[in-house]
Amino acid sequence: MAENKDYKVIGTRPIRHDGVDKVTGRAIYGADFQITGLLHGRVLRSPHAHARILSIDTSRAEALPGVKGIVTGDDLPAAEDKMADLGEGAVSLKYLCDNILASDKALYRGHAIAAVAAISPHIAEEACQLIDVEYEVLTPVMEVRQAMEADAPLLHEGLKTSSLGETSEESSNVASHIQHKKGDIEKGFAEADIVIDREFVTGTVHQGYIEPHNATAHYNQDGQLTVWCSTQGAFTVREQLAEILQYPISKIKVVPLEIGGGFGGKINVYIKPVAALLAKKTGKPVKVLMNRADVFEGTGPTPASFITVKMGATKDGKITAAQTSMAFEAGAYPGSPVGAGAMCIFAPYNIDNVLIDGYDVVVNKPKSAPYRAPGATNAAFGSETVIDELAEELNIDALELRLMNGAKEGDHRADGPVYPRIGFIETLEAAKEHPHYSSENGKTHHGRGIASGFWFNIGLESSVTISVNPDGTINLVEGSTDIGGTRASIAMQAAEVLGIPAESVNPSVVDTNSIGYTAVTGGSRTTFATGYAAYEAAQDVKRQMIERAAKLWDVDEANVQFADGEFSSINGKEEQISFRDLSGRLSETGGPVVGRATVDPPGAGGAFATHVVDVAVDVETGKVEILRYTATQDAGKAIHPSYVEGQIQGGVVQGIGWALNEEYIYNEEGTMTNASFLDYRMPTCLDLPMIDAVIVEVPNPGHPYGVRGVGEVPIVPPPAAIANAIYDAVGVRMDELPMSPDRLLKAMGKI
Amino acid sequence: MQAFEYIDAKTVSEAVALLGEKGDKAGLLSGGTDLIVQAREGKKNLDWIIDIKSIPEVNELTFDSNSGLTLGAAVPCYQIYANDSICESFPGLVDATVIIGGTAIQGRAGIGGNLCNASPAADGIPPLIVLKATCVIAGPNGERELPVEEFCTAPGQTALEKGEMLISLKIPVPEKNSSSFYLRFIPRNEMDIAVVGAGASVVLDDSKQRIVSARIALAAVAPTPLFAEEASALLTDKEINDDIIEEAAQAAQSIARPISDMRGTAEQRTHLVGVLTRRALNGAIERVRDAA
Repeated sequence: MAENKDYKVIGTRPIRHDGVDKVTGRAIYGADFQITGLLHGRVLRSPHAHARILSIDTSRAEALPGVKGIVTGDDLPAAEDKMADLGEGAVSLKYLCDNILASDKALYRGHAIAAVAAISPHIAEEACQLIDVEYEVLTPVMEVRQAMEADAPLLHEGLKTSSLGETSEESSNVASHIQHKKGDIEKGFAEADIVIDREFVTGTVHQGYIEPHNATAHYNQDGQLTVWCSTQGAFTVREQLAEILQYPISKIKVVPLEIGGGFGGKINVYIKPVAALLAKKTGKPVKVLMNRADVFEGTGPTPASFITVKMGATKDGKITAAQTSMAFEAGAYPGSPVGAGAMCIFAPYNIDNVLIDGYDVVVNKPKSAPYRAPGATNAAFGSETVIDELAEELNIDALELRLMNGAKEGDHRADGPVYPRIGFIETLEAAKEHPHYSSENGKTHHGRGIASGFWFNIGLESSVTISVNPDGTINLVEGSTDIGGTRASIAMQAAEVLGIPAESVNPSVVDTNSIGYTAVTGGSRTTFATGYAAYEAAQDVKRQMIERAAKLWDVDEANVQFADGEFSSINGKEEQISFRDLSGRLSETGGPVVGRATVDPPGAGGAFATHVVDVAVDVETGKVEILRYTATQDAGKAIHPSYVEGQIQGGVVQGIGWALNEEYIYNEEGTMTNASFLDYRMPTCLDLPMIDAVIVEVPNPGHPYGVRGVGEVPIVPPPAAIANAIYDAVGVRMDELPMSPDRLLKAMGKI
Repeated sequence: MQAFEYIDAKTVSEAVALLGEKGDKAGLLSGGTDLIVQAREGKKNLDWIIDIKSIPEVNELTFDSNSGLTLGAAVPCYQIYANDSICESFPGLVDATVIIGGTAIQGRAGIGGNLCNASPAADGIPPLIVLKATCVIAGPNGERELPVEEFCTAPGQTALEKGEMLISLKIPVPEKNSSSFYLRFIPRNEMDIAVVGAGASVVLDDSKQRIVSARIALAAVAPTPLFAEEASALLTDKEINDDIIEEAAQAAQSIARPISDMRGTAEQRTHLVGVLTRRALNGAIERVRDAA
């Protein structure tokens, strides 16, 4: 399906359309939003990780001058046992509502209990302290293996395990058990000359977006609810609000403002329904903002996990069997990304015999939320370090072993899908050919590691409309919020079709009343799917413009051709007109031209990456320094190479943070003790070398320009690559994330 | 954050009188990089904030070869590391000023405030201890002086009595063949609070092969920064070799009584005291030897 490779716009690096407003501080983010009569909301959060709520008395807070309204879980519609449809599968409405404002139990430290609207944020904060909540404190369950024990305290008395289609009799913290099977695992291990069997633990980590959650809500007199917020998807916010508030979806308008990072963490709603409840109660617009501690304690991290990986190979390097059991912490309510992890774990390899078991387990931590390739990084930490160990035992170069077993077109994953044309092998070859791979790396306590990763990417629905301006520019209207340069990458696909420069496109991200349904910016889908919609909408414009040219010249449409931004007449008349000039003549040829398209493309195509990293280990302190980092990745076709490189670099940096220092540190009461950017140690620019991003282009047959999503897979290999490099440097295999200095000192036997 | 009154004090006596009058409900503001954060987080509930930056004495920064260094309580870090003669004479102090916060913070935050904040992990305090700094304190009964190692009494607590304030720090002129060094361990290269900090000063003989005397101080391994007195004394009149450095490091480890928290574990901290004490001593010795 891929078109000609001689692109005019695609593959170039124009300045992003939203760039100037962002670098000059003019862009309006959620917290910047102002409206007349605004009240300020503040949420009271549970100080306990696990407690029964016996009573909530708001009378002292209500009496505080300046307080205009207080809401608790009682203000949410009774959820009972209804299921909520959020477009991507049904979820329990009770769980959904309870996570917004707790009803019977507080299930994590930071769980929202009540909220106040007042004339100033300070009064709202003071009023929160005057709300008297009586708790019966229960034993918290803070770790997945502990939660799975038969006698573990239960978070949800009614939660049964759904296991391979059956539901358990007894209540449990295990919400579900999934399994994927391929071949005969016993036979596979029997064929192996060598088998490695290891256990891995990964910590709880946060997306760490810079902008905290925010929402301003207002009901007008006829019941129309408007919510201004930063989100990864205005339409999913509308769906979640409609379900949580049990309010007609057509009476809700969500206006997406600029977003300061999301990485998956700004898909679930938290304070948006709270702002709406407070707005309803007070009759005024209410703005609710989180602070950093609220973000850490009250919003979705990606979960800690316990993973076993067992792999076998023959002496000549054929991997014959791979088995894993992955237990993921869902947080307070079911829904960990174990399913996605199970799809990704052995996906880069063509292995005949595979058995994958996954467990979704509730614990007393915030409900997990998506985070960049959810589940895949946890999984790859296990599988990619075991492969490194296999390579060592077999005395085969770790990259060669991957090449020997790498998945190709026609191979099928353990969970079912058969690969179309994919570019895993090409990422390995690019890594092998890179000067980094053959450079010297022999200093004492320096090491090199490699690891690969997979993310399946998604398609889903997107809508785009394009209207043609009289000066030959176009206005492109889309519903995909722009978290990583997608205004540019979408605009460029339309520009390519119409033969105009990227700068001649004015992209707008609009509210839910102003564009057709568009799924979230997530799953690495936006440049792929909304870009696809832009391509189709531009094709619609092109068709209509051909009609206009035909009308102008009084020829048959079939006799008008369009190339390089010029319409020309063939078969007879010598006529030619540029897209720009024809745009100025729309009134005389029938009026405005508006193109439209909605898509739900099936062929997202998988993304693969291979990373090479050099580290230096200070054996006295256990500190790991990243000396050099090269990331190769199949982007299908890089629409805007700079932003693809930016995505790769960003993903690597988050992966490095996850590998070395980031984690939720809890005390015995289940309180996170490092809920600040000071002590939740994300890497800073001083902790990183320049990340060398190498784009490999194996066009995706499922997209007109060959695009594959690029945003997520770069976070997958880093922890495993770094673990492998640490082993190369100091000879210890790290099996727990983060590989922080104290853990490395312990592993080296220094403490 | 609760509302407060802001008062711009012009003299020491005015500030001291206000402190006596308002008691615990008043806080002194110089750089504000701790005070304002603590007020915002509700860790301090203040009705009055008394700005001392208009008081001449707390802004003094003078160094002469007779009386030594006078470092006013409100002098920000950047003025210290921008001063060539201070960099030359007190490199261990400068080591701390360049790692407290980033450039913007260093424009506001100072060593005096770092001391008064009395964090066990304060980077500014071990260098003061190894440089034998003395605190000049003003109060309702006039001025008094106190060795800096006696200033901090518990996390966030100091020897300041009601109505008292720190005016300046006095550091004696460094002896011949001497130097100082401070370093900390942090898991990242910036943005972190010390997991452990160690400062050392040494005086060498003319051959630069023997230690005449040394001082070692530690941060983040006890409720207050510590002067490692025994470890320091071990080095008096000793030839420099790995064994004696190791002996001092072990003696320093023996006084550490660290806790485990989100920044590090107790065993990690005790281990790091040894590593950092060695590195601080060797760093200070190298500086003496490198000096012309």
